Amino acid sequence: MDIKIPEIGESVRDALLAKWFKADGAAIKKDDPLCEIETDKITLDLNADADGVLSIAVQEGTTVAVGTVIGSIAEAAAKQEAPPSLSATQLADRLLAPASSPTVRREMLENDITPDQVPGTGKGGRITLDDLFARIEERSKQPPAPRPVAVAQQPVVIPETPPVPPATLPPSAPEPAAPADEPAASTYAVSSEAAPAYTAGREERRPMTPIRRRIAERLVAARQQTAMLTTFNEADLSRVKALRSNYREHFMQRHGIALGFMPFFVKACVEALKEFPNVNGSIDGDDIVLHHFYDIGIAIGGEKGLVVPILRNADQMKLYEIDQAIAEYSQKIKTNRLEITDLQGGTFSISNGGVYGSMLSTPILNPPQSAVLGMHAIQDRPVVRDGQIVVRPMMYLALSYDHRIIDGREAVGFLKKVKEYIEEPEELLLEG
Amino acid sequence: MSETTFDLIVIGAGPGGYVAAIRATQLGMKVAVVEKRATLGGVCLNEGCIPSKALLDSSELFAQARDKFASHGIAIDPPRLDLGSMMLRKDDVVRKLTDGIAYLFKKNAIRRLHGTAVLKGKNPEGEHQVEVTPVADGQQSLLDAPPEAVLLTAPRILLATGSEAAGLPGISFDGQVVVSAREALSFDKLPEHLIVAGGGYIGLEMGSVWRRLGAKVTVIEMLPQILPNMDRQVADALYRSLRKQGIQFKLATRINNVRRIGSKAIVEYNDGTGSEEIDCDKVLVAIGRRPMTAGLGLDELGLGLDEKGRVVVDANYQTTVPGIYAIGDLVPGPMLAHKASEEGVVCVERMAGQHSTVEYDFIPGVCYTWPEAASVGSTEEQLKKANIPYRSGRFNFSALGRARCMDESEGFVKILAHQETDRVLGVHILGPRASDLIAEAATVMCFGGTARDIALMCHAHPTLSEAIKEAALDLHKEAIHG
Repeated sequence: MDIKIPEIGESVRDALLAKWFKADGAAIKKDDPLCEIETDKITLDLNADADGVLSIAVQEGTTVAVGTVIGSIAEAAAKQEAPPSLSATQLADRLLAPASSPTVRREMLENDITPDQVPGTGKGGRITLDDLFARIEERSKQPPAPRPVAVAQQPVVIPETPPVPPATLPPSAPEPAAPADEPAASTYAVSSEAAPAYTAGREERRPMTPIRRRIAERLVAARQQTAMLTTFNEADLSRVKALRSNYREHFMQRHGIALGFMPFFVKACVEALKEFPNVNGSIDGDDIVLHHFYDIGIAIGGEKGLVVPILRNADQMKLYEIDQAIAEYSQKIKTNRLEITDLQGGTFSISNGGVYGSMLSTPILNPPQSAVLGMHAIQDRPVVRDGQIVVRPMMYLALSYDHRIIDGREAVGFLKKVKEYIEEPEELLLEG
Repeated sequence: MSETTFDLIVIGAGPGGYVAAIRATQLGMKVAVVEKRATLGGVCLNEGCIPSKALLDSSELFAQARDKFASHGIAIDPPRLDLGSMMLRKDDVVRKLTDGIAYLFKKNAIRRLHGTAVLKGKNPEGEHQVEVTPVADGQQSLLDAPPEAVLLTAPRILLATGSEAAGLPGISFDGQVVVSAREALSFDKLPEHLIVAGGGYIGLEMGSVWRRLGAKVTVIEMLPQILPNMDRQVADALYRSLRKQGIQFKLATRINNVRRIGSKAIVEYNDGTGSEEIDCDKVLVAIGRRPMTAGLGLDELGLGLDEKGRVVVDANYQTTVPGIYAIGDLVPGPMLAHKASEEGVVCVERMAGQHSTVEYDFIPGVCYTWPEAASVGSTEEQLKKANIPYRSGRFNFSALGRARCMDESEGFVKILAHQETDRVLGVHILGPRASDLIAEAATVMCFGGTARDIALMCHAHPTLSEAIKEAALDLHKEAIHG
């Protein structure tokens, strides 16, 4: 049974095979996690579909197209895969593939293209060599495929270990032992040519992972394509804290989850968004799009970078449901099970730098959203209440917003509203 | 690199090994080939495909002169068999071809060693070692014959030692009366009665040679049919044709014993109704071949074999020992020279990082009887078993002008195509030059062609190939001459 890179999402064409959890030749059980793949949006685990012996075809660190066979599972007693003899099911399978020619099939293997990726224009839908070359050319016009991570580390010839089966090597990887190929070492030389010899070892270069590259692109885009400003305020969390400590146990018993701060902020934002609809809107070309739903993105830091899964229709969620949903997302991120649909859409985001101890920061927009709330660490600070200096648990709030669609008045008003809801959560509870 | 260090050592210079060696040097590798035989080309060239075809062609001419010339209006005295000259011609064909390979080796700077090879594990540098011991067979070798054992090293070893004839259980080859195909290609006189054990390709071809030259031939087959893997209609029609030519068959019959009496033998067999005996002067055992893995030192390396003694390999033809590869008759699949050659090329190309594959679906198989039987793709029986909806088209050579002119009107072309897509799934031919005609079928199938594609192609008239077009037309009930 082949292990393939699955369809991950509409716009996802290739993925980085980040890590094999099992060694080549290892005995595996159904549902064992086999490897981790990483796309520009998410990372996820591939699990075994069957019991058997794992055979790895693509080494970790290589970028492969969706649909690529990266290994196989020799089921049960079946030993290594022998040169195929024609079994009934194989025969039936092969009849489904579009017709082509020996040269086309060879070139497809060479270029890591599967028949279903090439529209055939020949007689009866045949894939002609021209069709294939057109597909290859089209692909080369797309953003260049990322360089595989491990290229420079792989020895050119591996006498001891079996070479990677060439049939499944990604197009961008140098072929392990092709004598005519440029030695892989030259790739290495290019990347380090600027560094003088004496700096050797003082720095290292790594290609960005797809997810990091995507983050980088989006952040720069957010900076360049919006008129981003940040406004600040602070909130007194005494009431929220009191509510939490009073009801924590009860809440735990009923919902099996500790009541966190986040649900209050989500609720506060939703209520404030209702009053300031532009903050929940976005710009599309020359239009302003107002959303009559409240899909709130919650920024959660993962090992691979920040991801922002979405709470759908947060206005209709109960506090405990919000808590549960966030806990579920955190778990999914840890186990690499986040799906692309979990990340799509979103009308407003909340980012909590407080968990890392940040006192004050300016969050960055997550386009096409127009605003993002930054939460920070709660600190006991002296504040003046009724002419007296008192100590209160305080949090600075920051709202970064796209000034093109949100006026300063609205931004400040919105943030003030959030502050009020947090300081007087009873109102939230009565409303919601 | 020293004199004994290579990029690749190929063991066996048959159609798998010698082709792989040449391809490997084209790809820039430094290659050594170890061959225990004095000449190159393996079984195929020395005692298989080539000499048997040489004799098949000679004996066919003899049979034509004897049986058919008169009907063409050529009056001759009954032809006399000069077996010695026939054998010399055969040997000459073999020598020219094996010399040809020797020339190719020289041209490609392939180091040839005449000797037996034993794998000796890895040296401290992690390279595989092969010990080559000279063969003292007294023959003048065309290969470099090392005076004493030498140790070669290379990171990669390709095993291409092929197969040898399997014997009947409890009955050993004696090289004179109970023989394999090798000796049956070199009988010094016409056998009176040749018994062929096994109704496969080799048995039927060798049986045909000696039958045409005048021997009495009896084929004893354990199964109830000959050529069990062939399309049934073709195998059955060939069976009838061979019987008409005078070959006798005992099917579903088991040989229990062979007793030698001087230069003769008595074969004891059982066809299910009781034990019987039959006299003969030669017994050709052609019940199959088995991979030749003994003496290579595979056990010591822990190299895995399957239950049939074949070498277990992965898609790169790499065995369970990294760096050691195997192809051809050593590995599963049909034991055909052209399959071994394809695997040899693909194996070394993959070593060089190329994306080659052997397209096992399109390997043609030919039985060089007369009429010849040839096929590519699935048989009707396989399609039925796999529940694949298909249509069948057939055209008999008896309705074909050229076949009539040649007075070769036996046989037919049968095309199987997918019911819905019309894609050609299998072509089976019994008839004159089926071995050459099958190439068109293999080509069409490689390109995913349909029966209609064949029907739409213009075929020259009058040729045998028209039968393929007509069969394709028949598949859609549009045959002009059917």
